[in-house]
Amino acid sequence: MAFITANWNPLGEAFYRKTELYEMSWNLRDGLRDSLVAAAPYGALLREPHRRSPSSRPQLEIYSASGVAIASFPWKSGPVVQLGWTVSDELLCVQEDGSVLIYDLFGSFKRHFSMGQSQVLEAKVFHSPYGTGVAIVTGSSRFTLATNIDELKLRRLPEVPGLQGKPSCWVVLTQDRQTKVLLSNGPELFILDNTSCTAVCPPGLSPQAGNIVHMSVSFSYKYLALFTDTGHLWTGSSHLQEKLSEVDTKKTTTPKQMIWCRRPKSQQPSVVLMWDRLLLDPCVLVGELDGVRIVSSTNQELLQEVPLVCQDIFKIASMAPGALLLEAHREYEKSSQKADEYLREIKEQSMLGEAVRQCVEAAGHEYDTNTQKSLLRAASFGKCFLTDFSPDQFVTTCRELRVLNAVRESSVGLPLTHTQFKQMTLQVLIDRLVYRQFYPLAIEICRYLKIPDYQGVSRVLKHWASYEAIARAVCVKVGDSPGVSYSHIAAKAYECGRTELAIKLLDFEARSGEQVPLLLKMKRSQLALSKAVESGDTDLVYTVVSYLKNEMNRGDFFMTLRNQPVALSLYRQFCKLQEQDTLKDLYNQDDDHQELANYYVMSGSEMIDPTHLRLSLLQSAVDEYNKAKNEFAAKATEDEMRLLRFQRKLDDEKGAGLLGLSLQATIEALLALGLHKQAEQLYRDFKVPDKRYWWLKLKSLAEKEEWEELEKFSKSKKSPIGYLAFVEVCIKCNNKYEAKKYVSKVAPEQKVKAHLAVSDLEGAADAAIERRNESEMAAVLSRCSASDRLLIDRLNRARTTATKK
Amino acid sequence: MAAHLSYGRVNLNILREAARKELREFLDKCSGSKAIVWDEYLTGPFGLIAQYSLLKEHEVEKMFTLKSGRLPSADVKNIIFFVRPRLELMDIIAENVFSEDKLHSSREFHILFVPRRSMLCEQRLKEQGVLGSFINIDEYILDLIPYDGDLLSMEYESAFRECYLENDQTSLYHTAKGLMTLQALYGTIPQIYGKGECARHVANMMLRMKREFAGSQNQILPVFDTLLLLDRNVDLLTPLATQLTYEGLIDEIYGINNGYVKLPPEKFAQKKQGEASKDLPTEPKKLQLNSAEELYAEIRDKNFNAVGAALSKKAKIISAAFEERHNAKTVGEIKQFVSQLPHMQAARSSLANHTSIAELIKDITTSEAFFDNLTVEQEFMTGVDTDKVNTYIEDCIAQKDPLIKILRLVCMQSVCNNGLKQKVFDYYKREILQTYGYEHILTLNNLEKGGLLKPQTSSRNNYPTIRKTLKLWMEDANEQNPNDISYVYSGYAPLSIRLTQVLARPGWRSIEEVLKMLPGPHFEERQQLPAGLHKKRQQGENRTTLVFFLGGVTYAEIAALRFLSQMEDSGMEYIIATTKLINGTTWIKSLMDRPECQTP
Repeated sequence: MAFITANWNPLGEAFYRKTELYEMSWNLRDGLRDSLVAAAPYGALLREPHRRSPSSRPQLEIYSASGVAIASFPWKSGPVVQLGWTVSDELLCVQEDGSVLIYDLFGSFKRHFSMGQSQVLEAKVFHSPYGTGVAIVTGSSRFTLATNIDELKLRRLPEVPGLQGKPSCWVVLTQDRQTKVLLSNGPELFILDNTSCTAVCPPGLSPQAGNIVHMSVSFSYKYLALFTDTGHLWTGSSHLQEKLSEVDTKKTTTPKQMIWCRRPKSQQPSVVLMWDRLLLDPCVLVGELDGVRIVSSTNQELLQEVPLVCQDIFKIASMAPGALLLEAHREYEKSSQKADEYLREIKEQSMLGEAVRQCVEAAGHEYDTNTQKSLLRAASFGKCFLTDFSPDQFVTTCRELRVLNAVRESSVGLPLTHTQFKQMTLQVLIDRLVYRQFYPLAIEICRYLKIPDYQGVSRVLKHWASYEAIARAVCVKVGDSPGVSYSHIAAKAYECGRTELAIKLLDFEARSGEQVPLLLKMKRSQLALSKAVESGDTDLVYTVVSYLKNEMNRGDFFMTLRNQPVALSLYRQFCKLQEQDTLKDLYNQDDDHQELANYYVMSGSEMIDPTHLRLSLLQSAVDEYNKAKNEFAAKATEDEMRLLRFQRKLDDEKGAGLLGLSLQATIEALLALGLHKQAEQLYRDFKVPDKRYWWLKLKSLAEKEEWEELEKFSKSKKSPIGYLAFVEVCIKCNNKYEAKKYVSKVAPEQKVKAHLAVSDLEGAADAAIERRNESEMAAVLSRCSASDRLLIDRLNRARTTATKK
Repeated sequence: MAAHLSYGRVNLNILREAARKELREFLDKCSGSKAIVWDEYLTGPFGLIAQYSLLKEHEVEKMFTLKSGRLPSADVKNIIFFVRPRLELMDIIAENVFSEDKLHSSREFHILFVPRRSMLCEQRLKEQGVLGSFINIDEYILDLIPYDGDLLSMEYESAFRECYLENDQTSLYHTAKGLMTLQALYGTIPQIYGKGECARHVANMMLRMKREFAGSQNQILPVFDTLLLLDRNVDLLTPLATQLTYEGLIDEIYGINNGYVKLPPEKFAQKKQGEASKDLPTEPKKLQLNSAEELYAEIRDKNFNAVGAALSKKAKIISAAFEERHNAKTVGEIKQFVSQLPHMQAARSSLANHTSIAELIKDITTSEAFFDNLTVEQEFMTGVDTDKVNTYIEDCIAQKDPLIKILRLVCMQSVCNNGLKQKVFDYYKREILQTYGYEHILTLNNLEKGGLLKPQTSSRNNYPTIRKTLKLWMEDANEQNPNDISYVYSGYAPLSIRLTQVLARPGWRSIEEVLKMLPGPHFEERQQLPAGLHKKRQQGENRTTLVFFLGGVTYAEIAALRFLSQMEDSGMEYIIATTKLINGTTWIKSLMDRPECQTP
């Protein structure tokens, strides 16, 4: 066990350890001397232009964290003051003239922005919840801030009283959702925010400590360290409310770097300081969430506080349950009975669950795979003796370690600790792999961790494809992975001027809603139309149609629609409401005579007056109906025209007010006006069926109480509607007397009804008994009241005989 | 408030709550006091989702109806337009906004499109120069609205007309979207069956949309086992027939709109005794009808002939319950009695209402006209003399009965005869044009396009085969204690429901022949479920089928499905969804051109 603790160093109450991450595979001519270095948090890359060496141009080089060269080119722009990485792994180069150039990981220029037209003395790149920011101090001793370079808003901070040139040291802080600058000028310390500059004093800093010459905030912006020219190191909260410690380092030279070395749930805060020329090989310190990376020209190490759980397990002579379990397992592998003793000891304290948990957790913190394995094996061993222990944590840790080990590989170069991984989330890790073009590894990880396709594999493939942008290769590789956004890929291809390729790619897009706008943009309107139709989204179809309408000449537009019946119908709907005239043209073009005729009818019906206009529209309808071989409609329309002319004539002659009435209503009106001859004429001309005409005349005469005329009419010939109708209509007009006249003429099967209608119960009874119809008898009975004793008896008797037979 | 939605097999309140949540979120987006300007058509459907109180809680202080001209004045910060995406409405909105700007400049405008925003409409607003005036342009996806515990409706009135006459499949797109939303809440439906062109189209879109969202697999245990999509034009007959269930008759006679019915007030007037009934209320009585009312839930689906008995039985139970008070001796008993009083009083007033309604209906169903009409309908359905001109129809035309009644009968005859002989066909048409006016030639044309009215093309009438195979006519339908769905039409078993019934058992393969006679393809699709979501069915646990009627469904059909759900050996429970609740009258009306100029 001793070897694990060999690299531990006690400091105060905690241990610190240094783990080697990589042997750097780079070969730097002059080491890290004389270069500007920027390293991305979460372990990434270095970059260095050799600064203004008089002989040659500076060189910009980008390496992975393991020292693999990614890009290198001579720096041709102006002098660089500061380098930094953004949260999305882009390189920021702040130049002396205030412009900031942005490069991607592969050294290609992306864009630039300016921090204002002034000389930059010093600059800092910082990270906040809003993204990556840049702060500069200008030649006129003013600070300018941009909190998020993706949404650039420059903020000029207030003047600092008495500041000449640059301050002796400064840091950017993010506190209470506000970005501030803390700076020292000689013995004074100021906090600079948007509106004010406040002098502050770190609590408990001895007055004789001297001027502050270096300062550093922790990764979380919670703690602050100050170094004075007398060698005092003060640490405390960044709010400057409390002091943690003050140490006299007995070194009066300003340290080259000062970095907080903490971890979440640290036992004690500590600061790492590095002075130039103290070490043989110049190094760079990189502050991390849970430690400090030390990069030298030959290797890279991680200095961190040993996590408590690892201390518990590996500390010499530790009796923590995890330590015992590890020991038990070791003995077990040696087939020694001591294994049982250790186990027993843990179990007696019922700490086995705790022991397993400790081993699993500790494994996560270990960098060495053998140590990971032995801890996990011990955990797995201990688990066997537990009945209801959730395996989740164990399984997750195993999986995550596999992923971490894979990305820590020197060829990938992401030396993530487990804590950092948790903080950064898997999503971001995959994004970073994708950004570094490790597509296969990213996919493997997605599959291994069973991430839903749309978050994982598909996203990776999308990025990959947009990078390659070659249709066939893309499709073969991307294949049918559900959820791949081909439209994104296609849009990329289009941006690169490869329209044909984009169209081919779009074909693979499942979401038509995504296809259509791009196709329109590429002026493939026909294709856009068929895609819109395919989607079933009618609004989309309308959108394309209205676009086409504006883009094409009318003939082509109609032809296009003709090939798309769905779109055509929708356009017709649109025209019905908005452009009646276009509708006609559409039907005309399609030789749709039936619809054309209907169109004329519709227009005609909106135009009662003047009659000649209506007639001409109806004539057009007749022509079209004929062309459509719809004889009935043509005939009916001709009839209507005939009727209209008739009505017009009569209205003119007699002011009858007939125009627009139906044939039936016209005849009714005529009868009401006593124009019997004209009514008769219509009846014959329009071949009104006898039945209907009889009904009409019957009702009309009854309503006008022309009873004699009615009687005459009833005798004109045999009624096609029978005579019950006469009875009922008379009753309706409250004339029982007249009604009775027709009862005798009623056909036998309706006689009972007729008698009942005129309330002649006797007659009804007679008729019913004569017809020996039981239900009719029942009907009569139901109308009898108690006073009709005799009648009831008679009916009942007849009923019984009827049923007997 | 909407507890009745959660009583059923599937808790539809989840859907309602989801819709309410979205509404609240939108309202909160426009902070400060608000006035809503309504597209009038939407108020009914919205009533099923949220009452005024919800809007009030979110600072809605005024409501107006959308109309052209100037907006009424209101001292509010936000003006929100709730509209369907229709161009003509955009023009009105533009007018509103223009006339408004000059007066108050501080008001903020918002648009909420229901059920979907539309690029076309936004384009129109842009052309009118008002698009920039809107702070928020949003959509409120309201496709399927929970209508009752087992019923969803899109309240999309023109769906049938758009699909079959105008070849406009907007409603089907919304249907597919609605079904996707439903699946997001209730799990992927593993099996999809369908019959008809529209059904096919909807299923295709659903599968397509699923592919579009692929990767984001739904991890909800499926509530529905099967989805059945049915085109209304597969069964044109059923809606034409007069519904004979209690609810069906209320709809036929008075019309149920968004769950509400308006009744003539006279019957409901003599509430207070002793008062002279001089001033009769003139406002129609408005009642909400749904399963939240216990008595209504009990009788709504009964054949009307069985309603009387049910009501008198209920009356006895209620008066017996009131009699209980005489038996209540101890304080405890009295307390218990009193605690039940509100419930009993509600039951009593519900009983009084329904007795009145039943009386109103009875006056009509016992009339000769009703009887004659029904007789003819039943003759057609049983295939009697469907190839000749029917005298009753002739008489009705001569008497100038309402046109819609005539059209219902003529269409029914046509459907039952698989088209009318050319002579008969022309005769009816001429009669209608001469009597009701030439302009109805367009309506007739529409009915032809929709397939409701057509000339016979082949000499073979296949309706009798369909009737016999599917047992559409049951001679001895038991109205009191039904044993078959045919009770809902006193003999006629709705074709659509028979198809549903056969699908459950023994399966459509047994009626392959008949299916081929009905229009449109029939099909089956399966949707893959993620592993682990396959239901482990308990012994005797029923399966759940969602039956979606594209183009409308009648209350009688719903009653028949509820009857099937309750049958002990069916092993299937049904949830019903539709584009709109219809009856023959509203259906035909939706197919008429300019129905307003129809003579009353």
